[in-house]
Amino acid sequence: MIFRPARFLAAAALFAPLLAFGQKNGCIDCHSQLDGDLKAPVAAFEADIHREFGLSCRDCHGGNPDTDDIALAKDKSFKGAPAKAKIPLFCGGCHADPAAMRTYNPALRTDQLSQYETSRHGKLLKAGDTKVAVCTDCHGVHGILSARMPKSTTFPWNIPQTCGRCHADKGLMEGYRIPTDQLDEYMASVHAKALFEKKDLSAPVCNDCHGNHGAFPPAVSSVASVCRQCHAAAGELFGKSLHKKAFDDMGVGECDACHGNHKILPPSTAMIGTADGAVCIQCHDEGSRGFKMAADLRRTLDGFTSGYSEVEGLLSLARRKGVEVGDAEFSLQDVHTTLVSAENLTHGLDEAEIAKTVAEGEKALLGVRTAALGAVKEGRFRRQGLAVTTAILALFAVALALKVRRMGRTRRDEAGPGVPGPPSS
Amino acid sequence: MAQGVGRTIWEFLDERFLITELLGFAKKKTVPEHGRSFWYFFGGICLFLTGLQVATGGLLLLYYTPQVDAAHESIQFIMGGVKFGWLIRSVHSWTANILIAMLFVHMFSTFFLKAYRKPRELTWVTGFLLLVLFMAFGFSGYLLPWNELSYFATRVGTDIAGSLPLIGPWLKTVILGGPEVGQATLSRFYWFHVALLPVVALAIVAIHVLLVQTLGMSKPIGERGKREIPFFPDFIYKDALGWTLILVLVGVLCVFLPWEVGTKADPLASTPIGIKPEWYFTFMFSTLKIIPAHILSLEGEKLAILGFMVGGLLWLLVPFLDRRAGRGQRSPLFTWVGLALAAYIVVMTVLTYTVPKL
Repeated sequence: MIFRPARFLAAAALFAPLLAFGQKNGCIDCHSQLDGDLKAPVAAFEADIHREFGLSCRDCHGGNPDTDDIALAKDKSFKGAPAKAKIPLFCGGCHADPAAMRTYNPALRTDQLSQYETSRHGKLLKAGDTKVAVCTDCHGVHGILSARMPKSTTFPWNIPQTCGRCHADKGLMEGYRIPTDQLDEYMASVHAKALFEKKDLSAPVCNDCHGNHGAFPPAVSSVASVCRQCHAAAGELFGKSLHKKAFDDMGVGECDACHGNHKILPPSTAMIGTADGAVCIQCHDEGSRGFKMAADLRRTLDGFTSGYSEVEGLLSLARRKGVEVGDAEFSLQDVHTTLVSAENLTHGLDEAEIAKTVAEGEKALLGVRTAALGAVKEGRFRRQGLAVTTAILALFAVALALKVRRMGRTRRDEAGPGVPGPPSS
Repeated sequence: MAQGVGRTIWEFLDERFLITELLGFAKKKTVPEHGRSFWYFFGGICLFLTGLQVATGGLLLLYYTPQVDAAHESIQFIMGGVKFGWLIRSVHSWTANILIAMLFVHMFSTFFLKAYRKPRELTWVTGFLLLVLFMAFGFSGYLLPWNELSYFATRVGTDIAGSLPLIGPWLKTVILGGPEVGQATLSRFYWFHVALLPVVALAIVAIHVLLVQTLGMSKPIGERGKREIPFFPDFIYKDALGWTLILVLVGVLCVFLPWEVGTKADPLASTPIGIKPEWYFTFMFSTLKIIPAHILSLEGEKLAILGFMVGGLLWLLVPFLDRRAGRGQRSPLFTWVGLALAAYIVVMTVLTYTVPKL
């Protein structure tokens, strides 16, 4: 066999990347042959984001992966698995180092550790409580995924469960004297509905109100600021209302006093007024000015909402009758926007402004109502038209059938008994 | 005086259009009557439905706008803003679907009665071409409302055409008028639907009807009875009875289930789950879905498309392949093949709608 250097070099160049890919990693070689917890990191690390950036066991745990000898592998640089209390600093070794992070992802923030240290979790950890959450409790250990990945424990629709793993655990939370119903309450909220039913990833989850690395329960004074991150218009109206000063004086959180915190239900006009379920009567006694105003507001809004529901029903009826009501439905959406706007204006308690908006909405609703009534009438007309047409056509069909039958008899008579043949014409 | 003018006009027209001779032909023309003559009426029903298609399609042209930013709105306007627009469009859409169903029934009844045998080979060939043309009408017309379902079904359909061996990519570009379903596609489909296909289809319909009239109706093999009825008025009356019943059915469907406008197509949206073409394409669509990715190292999908093309060609040539029927003898092999094909089409179509994850 003749040695051909050119071919050898070409083959070497071709297979070099494969050789590099298949480089020895003693940690993985050994751990993959172990069982249970010692083997688990090998499989989990396959999908880990750190692996994607070319990091390996040694980059976090130190040691020498180039050898099969355990004693040699655990050299001076070997750190092993850090104690739980040390994990924030362990991860922060890179994640709090802008120079180190710049190498992999310059856009990633590096304040997680400093934020963690200000969090309730961080403070308790510093005080020696190792039951509190550290980095790995939320992000996982060897199968850490980017928060943008839907399977990540920190992807929006997984966060309630991630936090709930500890915060819904009665045994774990017992010592902290904090409730454990937050997860259940959140899952019943309008926010969870938006997130899980409408798949709206912008809907808030735990960390959007409490912070993530710097997680802390918002103080009464800051609840409004938290809600205003999304509900700016309602917040602005409330800030100008009579309630603002009254709530501040009472030391009551602005939004949660009426809407609650974790179990924030879809807002409705039922919250306003003096009937059961209305939040106004929590503070306003019968006979007071506030009580009267609550009743007036409810009346004004009820008139609008009942009119809206009636038109909605008419359009639905027309649609069921097969009448095209796309344009009217589109106009009704505008009316709905006005209705929401009027409901939102209740945060400002400006009765005149609310009445003006409701009047505008009712005017627009009138136009849609006319269209809806016309559509229902059209549906009725179509059915009546069909009945008349079908009757005429049925009569025509019966006449034709009789004629055909008579002609058949005549032809048979003309052909004579038992003599099939062409008709005489 | 009036009678004299009428007579003059009649003579003028008769001299030019040979009306007396045509009436004479119609009076002499007879249709065989036997136990299976019921199937003859499906041809007349197809012709009647074609007439409705032309009439309602022509009226829809008054308001339809073939532009991506106006097509859907114009359909919405037809359904909601134009007096009886909902009826015209619903009749057009429903009769289009009933027509395809009737064409299948007519084709298979003709097949099982072996009516394609000599000398009616060309009646069969033109009939099959009409089925293909009407399916093309359906495919091109489906996109015109520019709604979500039609948009994505067209994308799926043209992707299948694009996977044809050799000519696929070229064919897809020709159909779409570009790499994606867009304005060029809508313009082309509109042109196909209202200009090219009607001209070709009406010409073939004329040939088909002419052949039926000149060659007469075929009697099934083995039918010994000589009983016949006059085409006019006996057969026409029976035909009219069928048309009237179809008209009642269409009326009920249009009032209780007017054809939907759907959501306007959004080319940037992701393809809705479970998107499928019009029902008459689903037996082919589902075949492509269930066929293995590779058969004997050949791509399954391409093989299936080739299979459909070869199968269609063989089906077209049935009158020339079925020699026994040509000699007036029974041909059970062809009957069994036809039964298998009909069963396959029905089963695959039903499965498409009953097994969503097929």
